[in-house]
Amino acid sequence: MLGYFVRRLIMLLPVFLAMSAIVFLIVHLVPGDPIDHMLQIGASAERRQELAAKFGLDRPLVVQYALWLKAALTGDLGEAIILKQPVVDLILANLPYSLALGLSALLFSTVVGVSVGAAAAYFAGSWFDRVVMAGILMGSMLPSFWLGLLMILIFAVELGLFPVSGARSWDALVLPVLTVGIGGVALIARVTRAAFVEVAQQDFVTLLHAKGLTRRRIFFRHLVRHALMPVVTILGLKVGWILGGAVTVEYVFARPGLGSLLITSLGQRDYPVVQGCLLMLGMGVMLGTLVGDLAQAAMDPRVRDRMS
Amino acid sequence: MALLEVEGLTIGIGRFTPVQEIGFSLDRGAVLGLVGESGSGKSLTAMALMGLLPLIRGEVRAGSIVFDGVELANRPAELHRRLRGRRIALVTQNPMTSLDPIRTVGTQIDEVSRLHGGLDGRAAKARSLDLMEAMRIPRAAVVHGQYPHQLSGGMKQRIVIAMALAGDPDLLVADEPTTALDVTVQAQIVRLMVDLVKARGLALVLITHDMGVVAQACDRVVVLYAGRIAEAGPVESIFAAPHHPYTRALIGCIPVEGQARGTLIGIPGQVPGLTDYPAHCRFAPRCPAASARCRAEAPAPATIGASRVACFHPLGRGA
Amino acid sequence: MAIGTALLSAARTPRGAPAAIVLVGVVFAAIFADRLAPYAYDMQSLMQANLPPSAAHLLGTDEFGRDLFSRILHGARISLGVAVTSIGASVALGLVFGAIAGYAGGWADRLLMAVVDLTWAFPEILIALVLIAILGPGLGSTAVAITVGYMAQFARLARAQIIALKGETYIEATVGLGAGHAHILLRHLVPNALTPVLVAGMLATGDAIVLEATLGYFGLGAQPPLPSWGAMMSAGVGQMFLAPWVIVFPGLAIAITVVAINLYGDALIDALQIRNRLREG
Repeated sequence: MLGYFVRRLIMLLPVFLAMSAIVFLIVHLVPGDPIDHMLQIGASAERRQELAAKFGLDRPLVVQYALWLKAALTGDLGEAIILKQPVVDLILANLPYSLALGLSALLFSTVVGVSVGAAAAYFAGSWFDRVVMAGILMGSMLPSFWLGLLMILIFAVELGLFPVSGARSWDALVLPVLTVGIGGVALIARVTRAAFVEVAQQDFVTLLHAKGLTRRRIFFRHLVRHALMPVVTILGLKVGWILGGAVTVEYVFARPGLGSLLITSLGQRDYPVVQGCLLMLGMGVMLGTLVGDLAQAAMDPRVRDRMS
Repeated sequence: MALLEVEGLTIGIGRFTPVQEIGFSLDRGAVLGLVGESGSGKSLTAMALMGLLPLIRGEVRAGSIVFDGVELANRPAELHRRLRGRRIALVTQNPMTSLDPIRTVGTQIDEVSRLHGGLDGRAAKARSLDLMEAMRIPRAAVVHGQYPHQLSGGMKQRIVIAMALAGDPDLLVADEPTTALDVTVQAQIVRLMVDLVKARGLALVLITHDMGVVAQACDRVVVLYAGRIAEAGPVESIFAAPHHPYTRALIGCIPVEGQARGTLIGIPGQVPGLTDYPAHCRFAPRCPAASARCRAEAPAPATIGASRVACFHPLGRGA
Repeated sequence: MAIGTALLSAARTPRGAPAAIVLVGVVFAAIFADRLAPYAYDMQSLMQANLPPSAAHLLGTDEFGRDLFSRILHGARISLGVAVTSIGASVALGLVFGAIAGYAGGWADRLLMAVVDLTWAFPEILIALVLIAILGPGLGSTAVAITVGYMAQFARLARAQIIALKGETYIEATVGLGAGHAHILLRHLVPNALTPVLVAGMLATGDAIVLEATLGYFGLGAQPPLPSWGAMMSAGVGQMFLAPWVIVFPGLAIAITVVAINLYGDALIDALQIRNRLREG
């Protein structure tokens, strides 16, 4: 297991390098002097020189990238132009909010998605199956920012059940999680349902029936583990996708978080913050993929054997 | 009364009737061979005996399956389920796919005695180890903790049989139990199953397309063709004097190593598909002796010596 | 089935028929927005700001008193136009890259697929935000972001189709007859790989409309006074509690269009019987 973990990490290394290189290149691809994109207007000449020396701006791009990455990995992501504080501090201040939203949305999507998908598969072909699956599928096609706005209008303004925006209390999390979650629920419910239907057709299931087990027991004790494997794979692949949803929704609900920070900074062209946020979000996606892989390996003895 | 009495069994799937009016009976300690090519309806018959037809959207349309004096055909599903694993057990065709790939083979055997014997974990495991040893599985204690993909095909089939025996059943239904295995392993598994039948007083329905297996293992044989009985009788008399041209062809082409399963090189043509069963004798298109009558009506089974034969021109009787 | 016949027979299915009608309507609105709209999309009238729907203003007015119905009709032109052209470019590029990778194999394949997989791993919205960081906000950047964001999907699909086709006997026979690579690729492989990629492109157009709207809502896409569906909501969100119709109706336009695209696309997949081919790649 450890060997597999290390191998997966090594395989992710080029992805990380490529991702960080693109993030690094942003300031160099934007028209103008990169140093102007890293400092506030009217910065002193000494400050400019200091920064140029620190990032080796007179040296080849590869060296600059190495210096930048080294600084980033040691927690130095530069200084925010507008907010005038270290980018790392901004990110650390916002990260807990994004983590809370992202993880709750992930949990919600998984629990509800698996339950709905399993129920749809158990009652495959029934009205419940058709109506519920079609409903959440349709919901997942809609722009999540719009769903968020509608939820604010209905549940916060009309019914007054939840706060309109912000993140001051736990119930401020309910509407954002629902908004991010509907896409995740649709995805996971579909994968779960398909996985159950597929595994139920396998030979070994006939033998489970032949042993005299009840359908319910076969379904919920035996097939569940099989059906969850593709769900875990998809979760790993789509963690970034759910995180992406969180980026949008934070902004809609005016919640603090990496997504809000990123979008505000993009509008203000605060490049150091943009780079820092993108780097963090990119790493989040990669971490999710890794966890998904490992979880799958832990569930399937065949994968375990193949990798040792 | 025999342990299992099947009469006029007719199986339907949707608008098709892949099995029509099959009957046989079986006593404890006896082995019945159900023989035919792919598409003859033998696996469906096995599913009917197990009460598993609903899994493939099939149903018993007519006839009866009486097991130990109890009618099972078209009774509540729960009745059949309570018998499954405990009194009627199944050995399936392909040991490669018959076991749950993500649970150890041991727990899969244990499960049956826990469910039906009410044993706790420790007792169930002890019982599984006994059964595995009876199945001549070496290092049973080690194998108990292994996963299916770590075992050979023959070993997996022994596990499947051990699993079938764990509920201490009276009737074993084995659907092509050796087809997926190497020829050398095939003989061992068949021998093992026959020994079990004799030692434990089991009744065994052995489904195969291989007359060689029938000769080795069975007491009686039912030859199916396109969902109907072609010929049925004691193994010795059928091998000594087959009456149906199809039976004779089957005996004439006992499969050899390397041949694709379910095919018979000795008989040209194929079993007709479900959609185009002829109204007349279903074997007529492939039969060397077919006459105009064979292409006009379907023969009813008739008694010839110790056998029942459905043919207008039975062999060894003249025309 | 030829794609033309399939388009028609998909429009006759119970799912496809209403979807097809909606799509024809949206396209009609996009093309003839000038003639259909009762007001100019940028005609302001502060006296009539934030009016609820009425006979004069079917869907109400926004904070500057602009007619929402007119803006939504013009929005169809922008939202649909950006989505369709960007996805068109994305499909074309994806097809080229995927075909080269699948046909050439070897290092070219590995290199191209490495790049494609890199973008595949990250959600489209993040890729779009990176590109907008470089290019700056605007409709052009949105188009580029959509093109790049969805390309991986088409390249993978095209590559899988080409690889599957390459092994078929008629292609081998053509090679045996001495046909050149360009001939085989352009005359035999690409035309056969085209259908699934086009259908995937159609389905992605729905996602692209949503992505365009999202960027527009962030203020990073279409800039005022251009009435893209997303940008309209961005402006309206300040008045959301006063004039909820400014949020509800443009979103509804997106919802109806996107659901129609997906329903029709699904019917088309069935008509063409390519569901399995779409799963490849």
